[in-house]
Formats: sequence, structure tokens, C-alpha cells
Amino acid sequence: MNVKMALPKGHLLGGTVGLLERAAWGLTDYYEGMRVYRLSSGRFPHLFAKVFHEEDIPVQVAIGNYDLGITSLDWIEELLTKYPDSALVKVKDLGYGDGALYAATSREVGITSLGDLSQRHDTVRIASEYPNLAEHLAASLRLRRFRIYPLWGAPEAYPPEHAELVLLSGKSEEEILQSGLLPLGKIIEGRAVLIANRNSWETGDMGEMIASICDHLAPDAGEKEMKPASPPVFAAGRSWGKVPDHVVRLALPDGHQQVHVRRILDAAGVKISDYPGEAWHRRPVSSLEGVMIKVIRPQDMLVQVANGNFDLAITGRDWLFDHLYQFPGSPVKELLDLKYGRVRLVAVVHNDLPVADIDGLRQDYRGRQQKIRVASEYVNIADRYARDNRLGMYRIIPTWGATEAFLPEDADLLIENTETGKTIARNNLKIIDTLFESTACLIGNTGEITNPVKREKIDTIVAMLVRAMEAISRDDH
Amino acid sequence: MIIQRCKGSKDLCPEEMTGFRLVEDTFRDSCLKWGYGEVRTPTLEYLHLFTSTGTLTPAMLGKVYSFLDWDGWSGERVVLRPDGTIPVARLYIDNLAGKGLAKLFYVTNVFIFEPTGKESREKWQCGAELIGGDPRLADIELMLLALEVLRKLGIKDINLRISHAGVIRAILKKARLSPEEEVRIFDRILDGDAEALAGLGAKRPELEQILPLLLNLKGKSSGFLKNMKALLNGSFPEMGTALDDFIGIAASLEELGISYQIDVTSGRGLEYYTGIMFQLYSGEERVGGGGRYDALIPLMGGADTTASGFALYQERLMSLLSTEVCARPAGRRVLVRTSPDALRRGLDVAGKLREAGYVAEFYHSRTNPKEISWLVDVGEDGLVLTDIARQKNHEFQSAGEILAFLRESGRK
Repeated sequence: MNVKMALPKGHLLGGTVGLLERAAWGLTDYYEGMRVYRLSSGRFPHLFAKVFHEEDIPVQVAIGNYDLGITSLDWIEELLTKYPDSALVKVKDLGYGDGALYAATSREVGITSLGDLSQRHDTVRIASEYPNLAEHLAASLRLRRFRIYPLWGAPEAYPPEHAELVLLSGKSEEEILQSGLLPLGKIIEGRAVLIANRNSWETGDMGEMIASICDHLAPDAGEKEMKPASPPVFAAGRSWGKVPDHVVRLALPDGHQQVHVRRILDAAGVKISDYPGEAWHRRPVSSLEGVMIKVIRPQDMLVQVANGNFDLAITGRDWLFDHLYQFPGSPVKELLDLKYGRVRLVAVVHNDLPVADIDGLRQDYRGRQQKIRVASEYVNIADRYARDNRLGMYRIIPTWGATEAFLPEDADLLIENTETGKTIARNNLKIIDTLFESTACLIGNTGEITNPVKREKIDTIVAMLVRAMEAISRDDH
Repeated sequence: MIIQRCKGSKDLCPEEMTGFRLVEDTFRDSCLKWGYGEVRTPTLEYLHLFTSTGTLTPAMLGKVYSFLDWDGWSGERVVLRPDGTIPVARLYIDNLAGKGLAKLFYVTNVFIFEPTGKESREKWQCGAELIGGDPRLADIELMLLALEVLRKLGIKDINLRISHAGVIRAILKKARLSPEEEVRIFDRILDGDAEALAGLGAKRPELEQILPLLLNLKGKSSGFLKNMKALLNGSFPEMGTALDDFIGIAASLEELGISYQIDVTSGRGLEYYTGIMFQLYSGEERVGGGGRYDALIPLMGGADTTASGFALYQERLMSLLSTEVCARPAGRRVLVRTSPDALRRGLDVAGKLREAGYVAEFYHSRTNPKEISWLVDVGEDGLVLTDIARQKNHEFQSAGEILAFLRESGRK
């Protein structure tokens, strides 16, 4: 039979490459720094393998796009916790992959065990990239009141000011301690697991492939080697402590946006330490008086500003729209266009599809009697686009980036961002619609700011950034 | 593509709705006559209403429909009501606290995920709650009310099984478990795991003797409980209050001539129960249950208030109704066939029939007259009444004459 398999990139890549090399699968294009997503096997001619983020793999296997997959246990449990009846079978612990998912807090929160949280009468805020596991933990701890902030990343930045508890993956308790947090318990081992679609497992013969994997597990599988402690990393930085009312709390983006933000801050004459900085250093210090700064993921800023955890943040208009489409009454608003990071949000299909626009796609699928699968990182923008364009029976597939690899096998339509359109063309895809243009922007909260000192400070920062933008614009010309 | 119903959901067609309304109307009628007032709570509630200890068990929480609302940026989740009692307790705290006694009833849907999709994930309950009442009387009153509804519906082979949350908790205390384990085992019992208590005997020798007596025997009178009390008095004084309460309720039921079965492990229910727990069965089919939950309202931030309640499971009762109970009486249904020219007259005749209490429906070419006894043909010159079963015609000039004839034939 033809078998489809989903393979991981990221931290399980090395171990998985090693295992499949020992098993002589002949996946010549599967290696660190690979250029293609679709792989064929020298040994199993009927195998089609594709490379995904490990977060995507459980969903892909459960919905039946893939028969087999290798991914890490935490992402499998994140799916099964919320959807225990997913068509997914855990076949074999493959023994490699280090680390685990930990529950952690900051010492300043004042708890030393998970049980302590159950005694609290105030709201416990839990931030995590694993919102389903977080909800499950909250329910099993019988928390009286809790909120969950789903994150795209940087969980270590949140306690104590913006969360009492985080669920985060780490190599060891040691590593969690070094990031400045206090580990309270291990939730799930971060091991590689071979999974299968339930229907494929019950009906298809994949025995030869499964045997070759099981026969070539590393000899020490099951006994995890103790890694030497990682070099000391810069702890997340000293916490803010109690923040007075007049202080402005500013969120700056991590990742590739940092150089652009730094350029604007430089033009504004603001001095800032460690930005761009070490990954773990999340609280840079600046020459802006009365301003506290934290570095978090741009995707996560919207909810943080909406909740009043931050007064100002620098993110992208794409994520602002995604947030507002999910929460139309949210108090977040754009204060200033920062004009860098210009991308278009586009609707993309495969070149083989004989349609030129979204109306054509709708017509084409109306005749076919099948659901349109819409893959996107921007779940709410994609959902609204599908609704506004009356796509009828569609299904949104959330992804964690590299969405272009989903067409044509695993999705029919993508909602993607693109700067030049080159990646889209290179993957044999075409743009059939442009939703809007997005640039970086400064966002704030529409809610009344009662403290006059803070109000004035925010106005000063906005004015200062406007002047900086003008200076940059003059330089560029 | 055929548009399908959502997995785990159910349509109710007119015949089923007749049964549904019959259950609901019978329940409403009884409650109103017992002095209860109807309430309706929202379908959406905050999830945290159901998460703290003493509300829903984690196993149930794992099956609720929770999600972020359109204004859910705060991260606070909402849930489709998974239980009837907790929202009513919240309603009481929000609206009625301080007004003394509250006797409330509701007919509501609750949403709990069921994996196979074969059973409905939306279930309907008829529930009654008595808040702030005299505990013993309230417990008995609620059991009697529930039994009355079942009897009025003609449900056969009704049996009542009683247990006591206080007694179970006392056993768990005696087993000296950690607080977490105590909650866990209590939850297992409530989720229907009858073995959960039996396992404790192995751990504690002092329980080893008592447990088989308490768990394996199914008592049928308060005598059983009095015997147990005599046996336990020396070794198990902490059981005293709960057991006394249990004995008192059992004795009252006996006085009223209501048979019951004492089955401590039949404590299926909800974590909020503190006293008596009762289950209502028709044969082996569980059709309802309830109990005392004095700790719930204070736990939710209200004042110390006694409370107990029950719920009847509407779908199960519908399936047990006899066909006669549900059938629409054919004799009261009249078909009115009219030509377009005589529409005004047809309307007039149908109106008069309805006023007199008949179901008068217009004849369409696809009408199946099978279940209907009478047909009126409305012409410009007169009215022809047909006895459909006997194929006999009678001619009349006015609706009044027809009504007189129907009245007369109804008497025969």
C-alpha cells in the first residue's frame, strides 16, 4: 500500500534522521538544513514523506492526511487532552528527544507546589504554548478561578508580572532554574513517539516500515543520557516588582523584528541594553524614564494589551486584525504605523488548480462536493475570509508556519503573508487574492488611562516615535 | 452533498415532541401545584463556575464544551451549561439571596460530550431545587415530588435507591487519605465506580470488617441502618451525624409507605452532594436523581444555605412513555377541504371548530387522512361531513349544525 508519513523538523530532526539512516530508509533529502519538504525513500518506493513542524503532525495524522508520523509526546497530548477521541494511535516511544514539559512559576509568586495554587481565591493566570494542557491542569488542580493565555512563544517572560504559572518545555529542571523560574513539576516527557492514524493502523499493512523502525532504535533507547548542565544563560532578568500606576509598560517584539525596532529607537535617541539580545533576556533596560520593557512574541502582544498587562506594544497589523476578528470588542487599537516589515496577506492555491480568483475557487469546489481545506497561521483571518467569500463547507487547518508546504496534498487554500511572492512562486503556487497590506505598528489600549502622568508619558512616546519615523524617512531618501 | 446533522445531536419530530412536551407539562404542572416557581438560566456560563472542588468532577469537566467568547481576550472561558443545579445556585446568589426560602424548577438542556456520538450530547432535564428549606422535610418533599411526576407519566416499575454523601465521606475520612486522594476516590464513586470504596478495606484493617457489611448488603429499611449504627457506635463515632440523618430520612420514607433500597455505592452523582443522594429507576433504567448540597452555595460565595434538588432525565422518560399516552386523540381532529372559491367559508368553519376545542386542519392534496376521523367538505351551497372510517356522509348548512352533530356522536 501507499503510505504517507509526517516527519518532524526542529529538535527531533537529528534523532529522527539518525534512526531512519540506521533503518536504511534512503531519505536522501532529510537532513539538518534541508531545502525540500517532500521526501521519497530509496527503500520503500510506496512511501511519501513530508516534513512538518512537530506541532502540526498530530493533527495531520489524526485527520487522516498521513498514516504515520513521528513527533514529540507533548504535542500529541496537547491534541488528545482536548480531543481524546482523535483518530490517533501512539505506536511506540522511540527513546530519543530530550527534555520535558514543565509547570513553572516565579519565586516572587509565592508558591512552592502546584497544590498551593488550588488554595488561592484570586485568579490564577496560566500562560503557555499548550493551552489545552494548561486547561486540563487547571481543571485537575480544581482552580477556583483561572485564565489561560495561549502563547506563540517566550513563556519564560511572563511570571511573575503577567502570569502565576507557565507550562514550558525545557531540557531539564536545571535549565528552567537557569531561566529564572521555579519548576513545580514535570507534566510530560518531550520524547519522540511514532504515531499512526487509527484507520490506517486498523486497516493498512505498514508492518515492514514499523518493524524497521523498531529494529533500529538506539541501543540506549529508554535510558536517557544525562546532559551536562547547559552553560549559564542570562536569567529572564530581574522582575519588575510592584509597578507604580504612572509607569508605562511597553512590549517589544523578539525575533527578526528586533533590528527594525532598534533602528527606530536609535533614531529616537533611546538607549537600550541587550536589544536585540540573548533569547532568555526578556527585560531590557532603556534610557526611557518611567517605562518598563519586556520582550515577547509579536503574536502574543494583542491579548496582553487587551488585558491591560501592557500599555504599548510593537507588533504587526496582520496579528492585530487576527485578534480583532476573534474578539471584535477588544480594546486594542493601532496608534502608529511603523512602516517596516511590509507584507501582503494573500490567498494562495496550487498552480494546477484552474482558477484565477476566489469566485472561481468557490465555483470549482461547488461542483466537487468536497470541503475546502484552508490552512493558515492566521486562523481568525482565514475563517473570516472563508465566511465573507461564502466558501460553504470549509475547514480551517491551523499551522505553525511554513504553510506553503501544505499545498496541494494537505490543504486547498492558504492565507499567507508574502513580501515578494518569490517563495509562493518557487513552490508552484499562485496568488488569487490580496486581503490587505500589513506593516509593523504601535498598539495601545482604548481604555481610559486615569493616571495623568502615564497618559502624558504615552503621548510623549508616541510623539517621539513619530519624529523618529520622520528622521528615518529623511535618511532613506 | 447531503447536509448532515452534527454528530451527537438529535432531531425531535412531531411525535417525539408530543412525548417531550408531555413530560415537561406533567413536570411543570406538578411543580406549580407544589408551590415551585419556574426559572431559566443562560446557556452560557463562565467555566470557573464549574471547576472548583465541590462542583463537577474532573472526569465531567473533561467533557464540557468550553471556548473563548467573542470578548474572551481576558482568557476567561465560557461553557455551554453542563449541569442544571450549579447555574440555579448561581441564580439564587445573584437574584434571590436574602429572600429566604426559594422553591425553583426548570426545564433545561445540558451539554456533555459523549465520544461515540450515539447518545445525544445535548440532554434535557426537568429539575427542581429547594433552597433554604428545613432539610429533612425538603429532602422528603423533593423525593415525593419526583415520584409523583413519574407516577403521573405512567412510568412502570419505579424504584428508589438511596445513599448518603456524608456516610461515604466519613468512610473516606476513616481511611485517612490525603485530601487529594479523598476527593479522587469520592469522584470515582460519583462517576459510578462501585469498586472505589471496596479497595480501601485492604489499606485500613479497621475498615476491613465494616466495609463489606456496608457495601455489599442492600438494605430495604431504616432497620438496616440502625443495625449498622449499633455496630459502628463504638468504633466509628464520626459516622454518627451522617448516619442519623440517613436513618431519619429512611424512617420518614417508611412512614409514608414509600419503598426504597439502601445502596451506599449507588451514589452516582455530583461532587456537590453533602447529604442524602437518591436515584430514581424504572426497572434498571436510571431516570433521575438528586440530593442535598448544603456546601455549594457558600462555596460559590453565597451565605450558608441549606439546599437540595433533583433532576429527571427527559429523553429517558420519553422513551418509557406508553404509546397510548402519547397518541393524539383522532376523534378531536377534523379535516376541512375547501375549494379556492369557498375559502372564506372554509376559514369560518375551521375557526368555529377550533373555538369548540377541535383540531381543524386544512386538507392538502398530500394529506394522509389515516389518523383523522372527520372530513368537512366546504362548498358554496353547503357542508358535507364525512365519517372517514365508516365512509358515511352527512349534509349540513352551518358549522353550528356540524358541532351539534359531533357533540352528539361523541356521546354515543
